[in-house]
Amino acid sequence: MLDKVTKRKLVVIGNGMAGIRTVEALLERAPDLYDITVFGSEPYGNYNRILLSPVLAGEKTVDDIMLNTVDWYEDNNITLRKGETISMIDRRTCEVVTDAGDRVPYDRLLIATGSNPIMLPLPGKELPGVIGFRDIYDVDRMIKASTDYRNAVVIGGGLLGLEAANGLMKRGMNVTVVHLLDTLMERQLDPVAGGLLRKSLEERGMVFKMPAQTQAILGEDRVTGVRFGDGTELPADLVVMAVGIRPNFELAKKAGLYCERGIVVSDTMQTYDGRIYAVGECVQHRRQTYGLVAPLFDQAKVCANHLAMKGFATYDGSVTSTKLKVTGIDLFSAGDFAPGPDKEEIVLQDANRGVYKRIILKDKKIVGAVLYGDTIDGPWYFQHLRDGTDVSHMRERLVFGAANLGDGGVSGQNSVAAMSDETEICGCNGVCKGAIVKAISDKKLFTLDDVRAHTKASSSCGSCTGLVEQVLAFTLGGDYSAAPKVKPLCKCTDHSHDDVRRVIVEQQLKTIPAVMRFMEWKTLNGCHSCRPALNYYLLATWPGEYRDDQQSRFINERVHANIQKDGTYSVVPRMWGGVTTPSELRAIADVAEKFNIPTVKVTGGQRIDLLGVKKEDLPAVWADLNDAGMVSGHAYAKGLRTVKTCVGSEWCRFGTQDSTGLGVKLEKFMWGSWTPAKVKLGVSGCPRNCAEATCKDVGVVCVDSGYEIHFAGAAGLHIKGTEFLTKVETEDETLEVIVALTQLYREEGWYLERMYKWCDRVGLEQIRKRVVDDVANRKALFARFAHSQQFAQTDPWAERASRGVDRNEFAPLAELELA
Amino acid sequence: MTNWIEIGALDDIPRLGSRVVRTPGGNIAVFRTESDEVFALDDRCPHKGGPLSQGIVHNKRVTCPLHNFVIELASGQAVAPDEGCTHTHPAKVENGIVWLSVRQAAAVS
Repeated sequence: MLDKVTKRKLVVIGNGMAGIRTVEALLERAPDLYDITVFGSEPYGNYNRILLSPVLAGEKTVDDIMLNTVDWYEDNNITLRKGETISMIDRRTCEVVTDAGDRVPYDRLLIATGSNPIMLPLPGKELPGVIGFRDIYDVDRMIKASTDYRNAVVIGGGLLGLEAANGLMKRGMNVTVVHLLDTLMERQLDPVAGGLLRKSLEERGMVFKMPAQTQAILGEDRVTGVRFGDGTELPADLVVMAVGIRPNFELAKKAGLYCERGIVVSDTMQTYDGRIYAVGECVQHRRQTYGLVAPLFDQAKVCANHLAMKGFATYDGSVTSTKLKVTGIDLFSAGDFAPGPDKEEIVLQDANRGVYKRIILKDKKIVGAVLYGDTIDGPWYFQHLRDGTDVSHMRERLVFGAANLGDGGVSGQNSVAAMSDETEICGCNGVCKGAIVKAISDKKLFTLDDVRAHTKASSSCGSCTGLVEQVLAFTLGGDYSAAPKVKPLCKCTDHSHDDVRRVIVEQQLKTIPAVMRFMEWKTLNGCHSCRPALNYYLLATWPGEYRDDQQSRFINERVHANIQKDGTYSVVPRMWGGVTTPSELRAIADVAEKFNIPTVKVTGGQRIDLLGVKKEDLPAVWADLNDAGMVSGHAYAKGLRTVKTCVGSEWCRFGTQDSTGLGVKLEKFMWGSWTPAKVKLGVSGCPRNCAEATCKDVGVVCVDSGYEIHFAGAAGLHIKGTEFLTKVETEDETLEVIVALTQLYREEGWYLERMYKWCDRVGLEQIRKRVVDDVANRKALFARFAHSQQFAQTDPWAERASRGVDRNEFAPLAELELA
Repeated sequence: MTNWIEIGALDDIPRLGSRVVRTPGGNIAVFRTESDEVFALDDRCPHKGGPLSQGIVHNKRVTCPLHNFVIELASGQAVAPDEGCTHTHPAKVENGIVWLSVRQAAAVS
């Protein structure tokens, strides 16, 4: 650890959300690297600027929106110099100079000066009673004015102007909104939605004067009115200018840093002076400036990564969405919705319900969305927009939203806004909506990970993730930080699954510590999420070479049985293709009686499950099952589980092929293989599909002329029919295609990513091309799978039952009889 | 007074792993870290009683196999924001031998 004297000095100019978020992210990555000093001209800690509107409207207090109190800075050894303004950056000596003339040296400087409200150059703009809408000070002045005066004019019919107008109206003032154009929020809304918005604000008592150009602000000692271009005048005791914001880069410009509309930064958030970084509203990145919060989080992460000397993350710009924070008005917009020759529109308009939805498509992808009245699907459209999803297959139902797409799983229910606080969101952990909303507001949470950590919602099966993100969006108003598209493998690293898999191959990394060292893991031994993932990646990449790390296996895979809630285990012997014999059944019955196994249950995958086996009995149970010729059924494995079959042509009068025989053949070839997540197969002997093959990871439906191969189905968290991959004529070809498909999944899938999710991510056509069309590639995949099987097909039960493998695992270290 | 009992060889516990010691008051999980430190906790997660000895050990923590509660080995405390605590028992290694001192009250509870 570096001591105080040799630590580098980081100076942060700006105590707002962008600067402090960067500092937080830096502390996570490199807590001891810098001595940090933060300058902020406001006399507060860091607060959530997005929520100023609810404070103005009286729905929240200033304390509610504080993000970092003064104590936080102390606890993290950060020097906070609030109320001090930096007047100059001296790049030659690497110092900043305060307005009091104090010089503070830096090794690295972070500029996060945000933006200023644009004050129109009107006559009378300096009169008392004319203010912008930017900080707590402005809000205080507005609240005070609302108690002393009656008439307010808000100049600017954009997001900020309307929120200010709404707040002032709620505080009892007569409010007129003046807007230059004839559409409100024209940067976010089209004329129709703008009109609906205007109508409902008028119903609440807001008055509009638009299109109208303000010519002068009238008054002697204090504002008394406003005059317009057409000569008319309005009385006013308070004028709020909310026509936009301007990046605040005066300081940077004076220091000779290159600025255009903002401080120009690279993809690593550096200015033209490599020692100086900038983030937030004051920067211009790839010709874009941002006035919303979500991009700040992305920038902060990248900047912190670079300041921590990791140097691999880059910022590629953000797509943003907005939501008007006026209680009772639902409005959402995202992306680009200006009409164009290459764009198509889907519009739904229901005047009586006050619902308007417009989705803009380009090249089969969503590029923009405007929603009014019913914004529940906003985050869902936004996700597709950001991910660039090809939506052509759901185009006809797209405008009706996620709930109408026939996703029958838990994620199908979909109206967070309409839910009561008692509605359960996370069925696994029993977390209801109210608890999540409370945690978000009380604990000041911004991200899905925050919510997972604090409430456990969405932390188990993950099927409610979409709902939790909606609750976030709904609670924070469109500005929550959406989970990034490329997610880090876990909290121990910033690298994605893909990065890790690629580097393992490129750098020939062959142990978990080697991967962690090379990729600069943030934790000493990783955690329960990354260790099993790394273990799988190494196992799948280096078959026969990598030594399986038992301590990085989840308990079920370490002891080859499934842990139950009381700490006992369940045991499932393999029954090839779901076929058994009288002697196997007799052996199972004997074992159950001999070891007092309390429950014997038939599973959905055509196997028999022995539940409630004590851990120390496992080797003996396995020995007896082994003696009867049975091996592990891998019911616990992220690997090949079961092949479910129907009786096929051997017995069934409808059977077209020997589905049972094919199932057994597949299972005998593929058992023992480890995969990113569990893999279940089904083989049906005719299209009646009694083996339910079309909701399996891989399914075969036999027909008279051959074998239809399907894959990427699911019937658990999500219900999803399979995709048709190809049709072949022989059993051998069927085996070859399925094995090649599974191998591709083994090589590309992310740990715990089921095959249907992998297919969603990579794309059906991509997979078909490499598994079906490219025959040479198919054969190569098949050969790699076959090679790996040489090392995988050893019965783990026999090894432990009779060959003494891992003996310590099943016996206590000691038995004490205490006095 | 600390009453040390010899419970076995350090090498009988895998690195980043755990073994169970049976006592009349319930199982005690004895953990070994990467750097060969040992810690002993009641083998019950404060959340829903999961056997911590079956969890994945990382640094000086263990993750419960049932619902991923993470427990500090030294203090038995759940890592924030989770809440709860498991009883700890003094444990030490001397010349490759692991010693445990069972705190009766804790183990019995």
